[in-house]
Amino acid sequence: MSQGFHLVVCGSIVPDPLQTLEPIQGAEGPALKNEMMLPAVLDPWAGHALYEAAHLAAATPDSKVWLVSLGPRAKLQQLMMTIAPKAAFELVALDGPAGGFTEAWETAEALAECIKTIPGLDRSRLLLFGGCASASRDAGVTMQMVGERLEISDQFLAVDELTPQENGTIRILERIEAGRYQVSECAGPPLVAAWATGRLPEPPNNAQLGMQNMRSIMPALQKAQPARVGAEGVEFLEVEVPKQRRNTRVVEDASVDEMAREIVEWIRK
Amino acid sequence: MERILYLTHTEADGGLSKVALETLTSAVELSRQLSGSTLRLALWGGAIQTAADAVAGCGAEETLGVTGEEFADSRYASDAAAAEALVRAADATFVIAPASARLARTLPGVALRVGGRIDSHVVGMGAAGEGVQIQRWYYRQRMLATMTRSQRPWFVLVDPGLFETWNGEAGSATPRLVEVDLPTPYDRTRVVGIEAAKSQAQTIRPDADLLFVAGAGWTKKQADGQTHVKDAEELILGFLDSAQASLGGSKSMVEQSAEGEDVLSFMSHLNQVGQTGSTPRHAKGLATCCHGEEPHVVGWRFIHERRAINTDPNCGWAQSKADVLYVADAFALTAKVNELLRG
Repeated sequence: MSQGFHLVVCGSIVPDPLQTLEPIQGAEGPALKNEMMLPAVLDPWAGHALYEAAHLAAATPDSKVWLVSLGPRAKLQQLMMTIAPKAAFELVALDGPAGGFTEAWETAEALAECIKTIPGLDRSRLLLFGGCASASRDAGVTMQMVGERLEISDQFLAVDELTPQENGTIRILERIEAGRYQVSECAGPPLVAAWATGRLPEPPNNAQLGMQNMRSIMPALQKAQPARVGAEGVEFLEVEVPKQRRNTRVVEDASVDEMAREIVEWIRK
Repeated sequence: MERILYLTHTEADGGLSKVALETLTSAVELSRQLSGSTLRLALWGGAIQTAADAVAGCGAEETLGVTGEEFADSRYASDAAAAEALVRAADATFVIAPASARLARTLPGVALRVGGRIDSHVVGMGAAGEGVQIQRWYYRQRMLATMTRSQRPWFVLVDPGLFETWNGEAGSATPRLVEVDLPTPYDRTRVVGIEAAKSQAQTIRPDADLLFVAGAGWTKKQADGQTHVKDAEELILGFLDSAQASLGGSKSMVEQSAEGEDVLSFMSHLNQVGQTGSTPRHAKGLATCCHGEEPHVVGWRFIHERRAINTDPNCGWAQSKADVLYVADAFALTAKVNELLRG
């Protein structure tokens, strides 16, 4: 390959999955109780996209990774402390809400307009990465709309593997029904890949890389443009956490044979 | 007045998938609830006549179609062009589609092209006056919202397993064929095949009554101080075969392979249940060696009857989340269960 890839990864914050979440009615619609106080992490599937992008860039000369993040500036800063040591990237920050009840259409518009203004980005070499769904809105629609706005007509959803071939094509595995993969070959960039878990583990922390990243991250946070993202036209009539507490019967004095018989009866019922 | 469009692709055999037929039921029900609404069907694929005939008795005013070899494969460029042409031809205000992998990839971009909005993971839908309300999950099945919206066309992707499979009268349909303005080139992407996950055995069975979830405990040191991964594999595969169950895995279990630990050879990320995995729908679920973290629990949202096997009676996963907890060694108990199932 004569030219490397320009990899843009869209990813932001979500509440730490270990936290208990409670909806409240805010001034502009539903929100999470103590949303700004909840510990946040990089959205898991977007995180996989970032690690895959960094891996691909490291293996492909003349490549570069940008992370485009839309979220409250202060929360983004906290997040960057944890991900800066894991992957080489340049941050492009947008200061706005990152909650689940915002509209994917508006988020996509903000992200696409931001990507269009990235200095030095060659969209003919663009691999647009993101998660196949967020752990907040969990819609699985944002990346496709960002791709449309950037006029990218080769899109892939729930990607677990993306491999450049020697002839310049790119081989992609997408999850489809019943635990199978659709295997496609794309002629090359530009394309959209909304990642599932991919193949890579979370990279270990690299302090030197973290310091290097932070040099560009702090100015990027200071320059973060405000993004007005809401849920225009949507009326939430109710948001609830379904009750799921069960009265668990604990069987601990029975023999293995007795337990097995009970389980088999239950399976066959 | 809503102009409802039921939109889907056909399968390789020219028919419709189970989730497509379930979603048709939801579209027919909604059109009956909404006075003054109309219902049209729109199909695209390599061939559509078999599907159009199969659902001819659903009461739709008209069937629209896009067909041809270039629309046979699941590819964004041609799928989006076909779906856009169908939505425009139907002048639809409300588009109902099944949440197949192909439509989930395609419809968000189509909604944007026609100036509409889209909601996915829809699990409930009904008339509210002259409008429509839907229910969908947020925060990975942790919050359920009832909502409506003013923008049109409004696209909804309906999750599988929620509605009865449509089984009305077949008939003879004459679809109105719609011209498609394909982009040039439309075939930069070429579908080269379908692959199973790394597993040699079929472990994911979406239609199974029972989900068997294996936690990381299966690959840890047992009472004798040794790991017994091969034994675990035999027991789990034996159970899946005897009970015709589907296999799920906890996050810690499926990530072991990436971290270089002993792993179950047939366990992949596709089996993962929970926050960053799937949220499968099965009548029953049996958890073995799983722990109780919230991210795992959300993956069990749609499992109705839940039982668990764990050596810890205070296991956070089971207490208040499972109906029955068997405090036992999963190796011994699964072996006995397999013996009884085979007998």
